[in-house]
Amino acid sequence: MSYPPDPRQAAFAGRRSDGTPVQRPLSPHLQAYDMLQMTSAVSIMCRITGVAWSVGVLLLVWWLAALATGPGAFAQVQWFMSSFIGLLVLFGLTAAAWFHTLAGLRHLAWDAGHGFALPTVMKTGQWVMVATVVFTVLTWVVALVVWR
Amino acid sequence: MNEMSKTNADVMRTPLGRVRGLGSAKSGTHHWWMQRVTSIALLPLTLWFVVSMLSLAGASFAQTRAFLAWPVNAVLMLALIGLTFHHIAAGLQVVVEDYVRKDMQRIAALLVIKGGCWLMALVCAFAVLRVAFT
Repeated sequence: MSYPPDPRQAAFAGRRSDGTPVQRPLSPHLQAYDMLQMTSAVSIMCRITGVAWSVGVLLLVWWLAALATGPGAFAQVQWFMSSFIGLLVLFGLTAAAWFHTLAGLRHLAWDAGHGFALPTVMKTGQWVMVATVVFTVLTWVVALVVWR
Repeated sequence: MNEMSKTNADVMRTPLGRVRGLGSAKSGTHHWWMQRVTSIALLPLTLWFVVSMLSLAGASFAQTRAFLAWPVNAVLMLALIGLTFHHIAAGLQVVVEDYVRKDMQRIAALLVIKGGCWLMALVCAFAVLRVAFT
């Protein structure tokens, strides 16, 4: 292996499990991919929605802690969740959760060895996007019907 | 001879030894597999959670506490908490490992993720148990 011309490439140097040196690229990142492609768009969105959902789970922590604390703390949570900002956050979280779940199902199908043909990949990617919109709206229609 | 010179780092290790060592992370596919296991378990649990939250929309403090105090709901919520934070920790770890290049920054981020997930999970579990037992 020749000496890397760019010092940043030194970070990519690794070894295979048999000890032979190998230069590995970093994972797909925003600069290297056309983000309007179905394949890379759904892939990075799966990560972004996963991270967003992880942050959104803090609302669950707050809700549970307030429920255990008392009526005052719980009223604060209810005030926030039913405010405009709160509803907007919950709506976005619902969309992120549905997207991550549906894209995750697609990943599980891949893990099981199904759906690798490019036309199938395109089709399931479109399904994920359409189903996210449908399920998110459906969830909130039910929520608003129950709430009123 | 050429083959030998290529394997300079692990030249004394047999293929079986490498398999038993389970690679550089020493855990084989465990991390990857647990991500899949938790994701499958979270499918029905999250569906239960969403339906529960929908049914609780606009519910009072007492009604919400009664819901969570019911043993089935308390146990399902504890399962949801444990699996959710395991899945979050595993997922965020992969994101950090992929994008944070400097060793110290990466290790620090991984420790914050692991510690944060444990703490948040314990806060949630404690809250559920307190509601269930008081």
